[in-house]
Amino acid sequence: MESKPIATRDGFGEEITALGRVNKDIVVVSGDLEDATRAEYFKKEFPQRFFNLGIAEQDVIGTAAGLSTQGFVVFATSFAVFLTNRAYDMIRLDVCYNDRNVKVVCSHGGVTVGEDGASAQCLEDFAIMRVLPNMKVICPADVLEAKKATRAIADTPGPFYMRTSRAPLPVITKQEDPFVIGKANVLRQGKDVTVIACGVMVSEALSAAETLAHEGISVKVVNMHTIKPIDIEAIVACVKETGAIVTAEEHQINGGLGSAVAEVMARHAPAPMEMVAVKDSFGESGTPAQLQAHYGLKDVNIIEAVKKAIKRK
Amino acid sequence: MITLYGYQMSHKPSDPKWDGRDRLIISKGHVSPVVYVTLANFGYFPKEELKTFRKFGSRLQGHVHAKVPGVEFSTGSLGHGLGFTNGIALGARMRGKDFKVYCLLGDGETQEGSVWEAAMTAAHYKLDHVCAIVDYNKVQENGPVNEIKNLEPLGQKWASFGWHVFEVNGHSIKDLVAAFDALKDIRGKPSVIIAHTVKGKGVSFMEGKSAWHGKAPNPEQLAQALAELK
Repeated sequence: MESKPIATRDGFGEEITALGRVNKDIVVVSGDLEDATRAEYFKKEFPQRFFNLGIAEQDVIGTAAGLSTQGFVVFATSFAVFLTNRAYDMIRLDVCYNDRNVKVVCSHGGVTVGEDGASAQCLEDFAIMRVLPNMKVICPADVLEAKKATRAIADTPGPFYMRTSRAPLPVITKQEDPFVIGKANVLRQGKDVTVIACGVMVSEALSAAETLAHEGISVKVVNMHTIKPIDIEAIVACVKETGAIVTAEEHQINGGLGSAVAEVMARHAPAPMEMVAVKDSFGESGTPAQLQAHYGLKDVNIIEAVKKAIKRK
Repeated sequence: MITLYGYQMSHKPSDPKWDGRDRLIISKGHVSPVVYVTLANFGYFPKEELKTFRKFGSRLQGHVHAKVPGVEFSTGSLGHGLGFTNGIALGARMRGKDFKVYCLLGDGETQEGSVWEAAMTAAHYKLDHVCAIVDYNKVQENGPVNEIKNLEPLGQKWASFGWHVFEVNGHSIKDLVAAFDALKDIRGKPSVIIAHTVKGKGVSFMEGKSAWHGKAPNPEQLAQALAELK
């Protein structure tokens, strides 16, 4: 964690612009939030391949789906709450049912949005996106991974949802780390329990593992950047190696990464499991750090969950 | 539909994905029986297949589906077609293609806010290769459109959104042809043809009745209807 924290939205903005230089088929559509999503980096270089459709999320998705018919790789961008919730029926029908090459990339996921409060803090996007047929769901853990993920989804045909952060996140992956859609990355080996995390919670998991190591508890840390398709093989291997699982995500406890992992474990590898997530409530205004602490999304909460899970073994 | 496929649109039933074709987006996906019968009659697929409509395993889904040759976009939820139409039109302009994109909307469907989001977009980007057609049959699922939620003045609404408006008798092929012929002179703005129609036209017991919005006649009713339509 030597370099300074950077928001994953910046990684998206920089990489989509870099991709735009070599791939003339990339088009970006925005719901008048390109300043915040960082899609404006692309807009500045490629105004002719950028459309701000105004404050009209349904139209953003419908237009994006139509553009894709002309061979374009279309990135539809806004805040996570607005696109995934307001335009849900459009994502379901125009993008998923019609299987269009549209990438829904949204910033402002989770409570770390901060002062804007609950109406802008998306905590249900993993759940409602992963349940859609044809849709794949990604949540990068840091700026480097956000760049790799942007490239990977541009190169892979079909619908994607990717959540980026407004808050700067510590850089915890390395340039040389692979990024394969649907393949989890093991960041730390351990034998007593595995923490499976995504997004901001990956750095919290590493911090928790470090603290627990001093207490003699050996924690494996897995970065599950792809929530759908979930890496079944990796989850089963973690259960075999460590016998207990803790999931950690900046999302409602229902329906997100924890649920996706639990679905796999119930069918393939039952074992004690704990979930670190927002407990069925909306967020509020505050600094990202205050909100993470208040909603139980810190390393201390992971430490507590790890100890519970080990006791249940 | 007949005027579009038989007169107005460039299309090749033998090559449904021909890149130069004009596109028709069926936003009112429940008009699937009319779409499928028209496509089969123009040779997009065997008429025999029409008998499989709404049956398990058939391509002919209850609401139009893009796996059917000639169908561009799967719909069924209302208010989706016009945004998709604009996307195609913007993409075509970027690619330097000059085909037209038509979009068939229901009248009740224009109660959806997304239609007006898209209406603003088409005007803003001056999509003069977009033509919307509103089937203004004045009846929706639960009764008369203008009692449920009034659309009037519908033509003025579209005009105020920056569209060129044609109001025609939707049962008159002559009127429709005249409007379609005039499209080429409309530059810098999209066009809408408000086609005034009568639901169930020509069948005495169906005309203007919302009860026939989503149901098929029984064999006796069918025989009577066909006799009246002769």
